[in-house]
Formats: sequence, C-alpha cells, structure tokens
Amino acid sequence: MPNDTVLAWLLAVVQTLLFIGAAPLLAGWIKRVKCHMQNRAAPSLIQPYRDLAKLFRKELVLAENASWLFRATPYIVFAALVLAAATVPLIALSSPTAAIADVIVLVGFFALARFFLALAGLDIGTAFGGMGSSREMTIASLSEPAMLMAVFTLALTAHTTNLSEAIEHNLAAGLVLRPSFLFALLGLTMVAIAECGRIPIDNPATHLELTMVHEAMVLEYAGRNLALLEWAGQIKLMIYGVLIANIFWPWGIAETLDAAALGVGVVAIAAKLTGLGILLVVWETVIAKMRLFRVPQFLGFAFLLALLGMLTQVILETGT
Amino acid sequence: MAALDIAYVAVLAAALSGVLPLLVARRRYAQRVAFALLAVSAIAAIVAGASALTGETTLAERLPLGLPWLKWHVRLDVLSGFFHIVIGVVVLATSFYGPSYLREYESGQNDPTVLNLASGFFIAGMLLVLLADDAFSFMVAWEVMSVASYLLVTFQHEHAANRRAGFLYLLMAQIGAVGILLGFGVLATFGGHFTFDAMRGGNVPAAWASVAFALAFFGFGMKAGMIPVHAWLPEAHPVTPSHISALMSGVMLKVAIYGFMRFTFDLLVDVQWQWGVAVLLIGAGSALFGVLYAYVQQDLKRLLAYSSIENIGIILMALGLSLIFVGGGHPVLGAIGLVAALYHVLNHAVFKGLLFLGSGAVLYRTHERDLEHLGGLIHRMPVTAAVFLVGCVAISALPPLNGFVSEWLIFQTALQAPALENGVLRTLLPIAAAVLALTGALAAATFVKVYGIAFLGKARTRHAAHAREVPRGMRVGMVLLAALCLLLGVLPTTVIGVIDAIPQLLIGQRLPSATAHGWLWLTPVSPDIASYSAPLVLLAIALSFFIGRRLLPARQVRRTPPWDCGFGPLTNRMQYTSTAFAMPIRRIFAPVWHVQEQVEVTRRHEADAPPTGLRHQLHIEDRTWLALYEPIGHYVIGAARAIGLIQTGSVRTYLLYSFLTLLFLLWIVT
Repeated sequence: MPNDTVLAWLLAVVQTLLFIGAAPLLAGWIKRVKCHMQNRAAPSLIQPYRDLAKLFRKELVLAENASWLFRATPYIVFAALVLAAATVPLIALSSPTAAIADVIVLVGFFALARFFLALAGLDIGTAFGGMGSSREMTIASLSEPAMLMAVFTLALTAHTTNLSEAIEHNLAAGLVLRPSFLFALLGLTMVAIAECGRIPIDNPATHLELTMVHEAMVLEYAGRNLALLEWAGQIKLMIYGVLIANIFWPWGIAETLDAAALGVGVVAIAAKLTGLGILLVVWETVIAKMRLFRVPQFLGFAFLLALLGMLTQVILETGT
Repeated sequence: MAALDIAYVAVLAAALSGVLPLLVARRRYAQRVAFALLAVSAIAAIVAGASALTGETTLAERLPLGLPWLKWHVRLDVLSGFFHIVIGVVVLATSFYGPSYLREYESGQNDPTVLNLASGFFIAGMLLVLLADDAFSFMVAWEVMSVASYLLVTFQHEHAANRRAGFLYLLMAQIGAVGILLGFGVLATFGGHFTFDAMRGGNVPAAWASVAFALAFFGFGMKAGMIPVHAWLPEAHPVTPSHISALMSGVMLKVAIYGFMRFTFDLLVDVQWQWGVAVLLIGAGSALFGVLYAYVQQDLKRLLAYSSIENIGIILMALGLSLIFVGGGHPVLGAIGLVAALYHVLNHAVFKGLLFLGSGAVLYRTHERDLEHLGGLIHRMPVTAAVFLVGCVAISALPPLNGFVSEWLIFQTALQAPALENGVLRTLLPIAAAVLALTGALAAATFVKVYGIAFLGKARTRHAAHAREVPRGMRVGMVLLAALCLLLGVLPTTVIGVIDAIPQLLIGQRLPSATAHGWLWLTPVSPDIASYSAPLVLLAIALSFFIGRRLLPARQVRRTPPWDCGFGPLTNRMQYTSTAFAMPIRRIFAPVWHVQEQVEVTRRHEADAPPTGLRHQLHIEDRTWLALYEPIGHYVIGAARAIGLIQTGSVRTYLLYSFLTLLFLLWIVT
C-alpha cells in the first residue's frame, strides 16, 4: 500500500511537470497554425521555449518605484497556476493531487493569481498598469460567476466538485447527449476565451495602448519575472484546454496506472489539444476584437448559457 | 473557577475599564488602565468561551439581579461560547492597538475618558447579550450595547455628519429593538414566561412562529445591517475612532447574528424552510448590494462599512441555506450550512477588524480617509502594508487564507441542492451560489482597488508621502489578527472539529465526515464529493518562493524609470485613480446606483478652442435612501403635521380632551 501511494504521488508530480512543460508547446502550436492560416511565415514550434530561455537569462530590470509586492507577484502567480495544473487530470484519473483542490478551489487559484497580477499592475504607478488592472478585474468579475455556473452544472450532474471524480462519472455515463452539457460547454468556452485574454476580448499580440488588458498589467516586467508570467499564461491556456477536453470528451484518459493506459492517455490528450488549438485559431482568425464595453454582453451571454445549462440540468435531467 | 465565573470576570473587567479611568487623574495612565482592563476582559472572554466550546458544557445560573419576579437568568453554552471567542479576539487586538491610537485624541477637544466609558460599557453589553437567558436581561443588555455605541458614534460630535449618523443609528437601533421585543413577546405568550427555557418549551403554532420569526429577523437584521434596513451602517461605522469601527463592524454585527441564531435555531424549535428562502434571498441581495456599493466608494472606512453589509449578506446566505436544509429534513446538510455561517462570522470578525485597524493606522499617519489622497504607503509603512494585504486577500476569499474556507463551505452547501424535493428550491440554490460567486469576484476587484490605490503606486499627496510606520502597540494588534487570518485559513479542519459542537446543540447533528481524514484534508460531505487541503496549498506556494529565491541563480537587478511613452517623466497625477478604476463596473451595473456625474469644460474663447480647465464631479447616492427612507420620513412628518392639528395650544381644548377621554374610559368600564 505505501508503495502504491508513493508511486501515485510520483506519477502526479510527473503529470504536473509534463503539464507545465507542455504548456509552451501548445502556445507554439497555436501560433504556428495561426501564421499558416493567415499566410505569414510561421515560427518554429519550440519558439516559446526559446523565448522563455532567453528571458530567464536576461538581467532583471525593475521600475524605480517597484515594491516587494511587484517582485513577489510572478512567483505567486506561477505557484498558483502550477497548483491549479496539478489538480487537473491530464493523462490519468485519480491522482492524489486532485484531492488537494476541487474545481471551486481551482477557480480560487485563478482568482489568487489574478489578484496579485492586478496589484502588480498598480504598483508602479503608471496609467497603463492601472488601466490593465481595472479592465482585468472588470472582466474577471463577470467571467468568474459564469465559469462557476458552468462548473456547477457539471457538479450537479456528477454529484461532486472533485474534477477527477466528475470526469470518471462522465466516462462511466458513456456518450449521452445532455443539453445541459452543451450549454455548459459553450459557456465555459466563452469564459476560457475571456480569461486567457484571447480575441475578441483581448489580443495577446497587441501592444496598442488603448486596447491591451493583460499586456498593460505586465508592461513593466522584464527578465525572469516576465518569463514566469508568460509561462503562467501559457499554463492557464492549457488548463482551460484540458478542462474543456477532458470534461466533455473524457475518452482516452487513463483510468488505471499501467503503461499502456498512460500511453493512450498521452496520445489522447495530445490529439484533443491539437484539435482545440486549431479551433481556437479559426475562431481568432474570423472574429474581430471587441470594444471593451461590448465585453459585458459577451460574458453576460456566457453566464446566461451556463445558467440555462444549470436549469436544464435541474429541470430535465434530475434522477439521471 | 467555572467557565461562567470567568465570563463574569470578562463583563466586570470591561465595565471597570470604562469606570476606573474616570478616577485616575492623569490621562496617560487612565488610558493604560482602561486598555489593560480590556485585555483582561478579552482574555477572560476567550478562556470562558473556549472552555464552554471545547468542553461542550452548558452552564446556567440565576443571578440576584433584575425584577423581583424575574431574576436574571444567565447561560453559557457552546453557541454563546463561540461568540465569546469572536468578541475576545477582536477586543484583545484593539487593546494592544488602542493606547497608541488614542494618543492623538488626548490633545483634542473631546475627553477620551468618555470614549473609555462608552466602549467599556459597549463591550460589557455585548458580553451580557451572549450570557442572557431570558428576554428581559437580553433586552437590557441589548440596549446597553446600543446606547453605549451611540455615544461612540457621536464621540466627535462637533461634526454635523456625526450627529446625524448618531441619530439615525439610535433611531434604527430602537426600531429594531421593538421588533426583537415583539418577537420575544410572541414566544413568551405561548411559552408562558420570559425565560428562554420556557420559550423553548412553548408550543407555538406555525403561523405565530412565522410571525415571531419575521419580527426577529427584522429586528436583528436591522442591527446586523442587512438591506434594506442597513442605512445607519455606512453612516455610523466610518465616523467612530477606528478601533471602535473594528469592534462595531467586526463584533457588534456578529452579536446581532448571534441573536438571530439563538432566536431561530434555538428558541423557535421547529424550523420552516420558507424562512430559509427569505433569509437566503435577503442575504444574497445584501451581499450583492453591499459589494457593488463598496466598489464605488472613495472613503476607505465607508467602503469597509459597505463591505460589512456584503459579508453579513454572505453569513445570512449560509444561515438561509442551513434553514432550508433543516426545514426540508436534511439536518446533516443544514449542519454544513451552519458551520459555514459560523466560520464566516469568525473570519469576518478577524479580517474586518484587521482592515479597520489598518485603515486607522493609515488615518493616524496621513489624516486621510479618501483613497484619492493616498498611495505608495507600502514603501512608507511596510508592516501596516503587509498586514493590510493579508486582510485584503482574506476578505477577497482567495486561497489559502480564511475567507476562502467559509465561502467554499457555502458553495458546497448550495451544491447539495439535488437532495431537496422542491424543484424551485433546487434551482434557487445554485443561482444563489452564482450570486455568491459574483459577489466574491467583485469583492476581489474592490480590494484590488483599495490596496492598489492606497498602498501601491506613488503618493498622491504630501501627507501620504511623509507617512511613517505606526507605533509598536498598533502593529502588534494588527499582526495578531493577520496571523489569525492565516491560521484560520490553513487549519480549517481543526477549527471545524471544534465548532461542530454548535450544530450538535442547535439541530442535533455533527459533521463527522468533515474531519474524518485528518487535519490535512477538509471534506465536508465526503471525500468523493469534495476535498480541500489548505496546508498543502500553503506548502506549495512557500516551496515556489523557496525555489525562486534560493535555488535559482541570483541575477543583478537594475532599476530604471518606468515606461513613459517617450514623453518626459510621469507625475503622481498621471496614476490611475480610484474613480477611474471603478468606472467600467460603474458603467456595467449603472442602474444600481443613483449617480450624478458632471463634467465642466472651460475654454478660453470660442467653442472649438482647446480646453483650459476640466472639472469633474461625481456623486453616488444610495438608492434605498430615495426609494425607502425619504418617503418614510416624508410620511412621518406628514402624519405629525396632521396630528398636530389637534394641538391648539389653548388650555380649554386640552381640558375638553381630558373630559372626553374620561367619559370614554368610564363608558368602557361600565
């Protein structure tokens, strides 16, 4: 028994390392597909790793007014997102780290990271930072309830808020077309787009002063601090990708801890994320960036969809 | 010494802390004596409460005080023990904090010994409310608390705003007390006596029980600051000295919650789920309303006061969920809701106490409450900034601090909705949880604004630029509460293991599974359904710091001016302001507030010349004033005028009135 526990914890650690290690790859993939689709010369798939390595090597430049909070924030943000990644089942279910935090705590980790990032934006005392923080907190205060609503739909169906258990429940239920899940999927996807700062809410590639949100907050970061924040952003995107992939299409995830099942798990999640990445690119290519004050409508719609999902669950699907 | 005797010591020490300083000639010593006695009172309250709570004992006694036919009944059980600890913790922190803080008032025109007197009786009154075991002594203690706190609100009575706040507070406290009194009256009618024991035994018909519940909910809710009867709170809390604000917001509101819990769960024996729906809806309304109003405030203490309304709303939501589940026949789930409510009571006392003390520290050094006049304090007041940050993270319900634990428990309770039979309730509960989620997200945004504008960035005024760290006593008080925020956040299993004696007393149910997996894992329902391990979360964050700070090779740090778009140096005035920060939310939820915004542009010549001056005025008013309070005030004055018609001022008319009244009475008698 102790041996099994040690093995399980070891596997959980490996899974987490794989998660954070693969996150830049997903970002590189999205970038590459996007360039191809828009007829631009594409960077290499491993370009994000090179960028991170470069930033880690560079000297640390801080603004004159930066306090200790500004320097601590990258570590807190990174830690929160690594913890979040540890609790999301990537290739195998029932890992011991999944019990540290359920899906509500996962949302809490995102909120913790966002809180400190927004504070860091205000720390220097430039207008950009404040603007980014204000917009980020505005968007978050609308997207967080929508996300929890979508998650609650899942929790009410599976009778648990533990992600691993919920995915297992979905896996056991087989291919059932649940209207509630369809709504929750749409809601969660819209939230994911807003939270990860993708088009049409925010443009990860922009440095145009009046439109940037996330980039405005991290404008004063450089060197290792910036690397940690960029990496954390990539992990966040991957977490949302894995959540959507594994909750709604759990097939292929390893239920037992043997080599064959784990191998299938790795291939399955890689295939799912590849597909999701392409979908995201298509979406970002055909949609234009939205004005800031259109964002509440977008997120309100996401909330409404998630709410509909929850109501459908309560009204139509009780007892199943 | 029995726990009850220690509780008496706490009450007496608090009262003495008010009286003794009057006898001490020198003001300096008077303050020391007062706060030393308050510390004694606080420690005694904590000891008494802890021994009642951990020993799970109920001690009752009759004191030879009060009316000849109604002696004072006192009782100390696990519920009042828990609230003794809540009061004790915050009072202890303020007794460290107070002596230095009050030094500023010694040179003022108001004698601080008056403040000692009022706060001593205020605390003694609160402790007596917890001990009271009959309606009579409860109301006496309740009034002592109310009147003493009125004196605290009007302490600086030279400002008209304070006198107005004090009057409003006293008026609403008295209206609320009438509600409570009538509620007790209904129970005493059926129970046959004014003791709580008789009320518990009384066989109250369901309809009358609902009437009693409504009266008590109104009365206690008014004191707790639920909407729409909250109007006194954002007026009264900001104007008291900050350590008293900490007590009023952190503790006095909780005494009202205590009263509500005692009345509903203990005295009204059979709980109806419909009450739960009312409490849940009003709680959700208070939470959302409170946080939205807090978000747009500029005045730091007023913002904290609105945030108290939000947190009372959250506590009421948890109590509502608990009532729904208990009334629906699911006592285990009801127990989770109750534990969540109690946990949030303790948490809110700790972090709101901390934040008010922190705002007092800022006020002490900068004499500013307006966020727009602060900034950059993290460089000038490092300890205050650090503990204030802890308070902000805790109140924003972020892991791994304490606010998160209680909100997580409330979410877990709400998600047990499928257990209920009623389809409407099954829908209502998750929606309530969504409201809580929105509230939590907005609270985080609010406290980013508070901390970011007041403590980060650059100083916006000279006062803020020259602030210094506060004296040691004040720091000790704040650090104590900040440490508790961390402890209560990281060791929820231990805390719940102790407070789950309270649902055992009130609804006859424990939470055996919450603590079944050791101190590391919190599993309120069962480990399959949900688990949370706060210690591991803290460990992981600490580990990442260790790796980042120690293990990665050190790089040299270069300091440069921030990016200024190539235009010349940035000034303090170019920073984002609190108003600007709140603007997007203000625009999205515009109908919530009564906003008057004016922009005046002055130009030198014709209309298209470049502007020479810009003046922006923003006034945000509470909508409930316009919708509720002003019409009521209007009617009261109208009614007074109408009745005033019979006041002719002539003696003959009054004699006629007396004669007619006498005739009427004689007619009734015969």
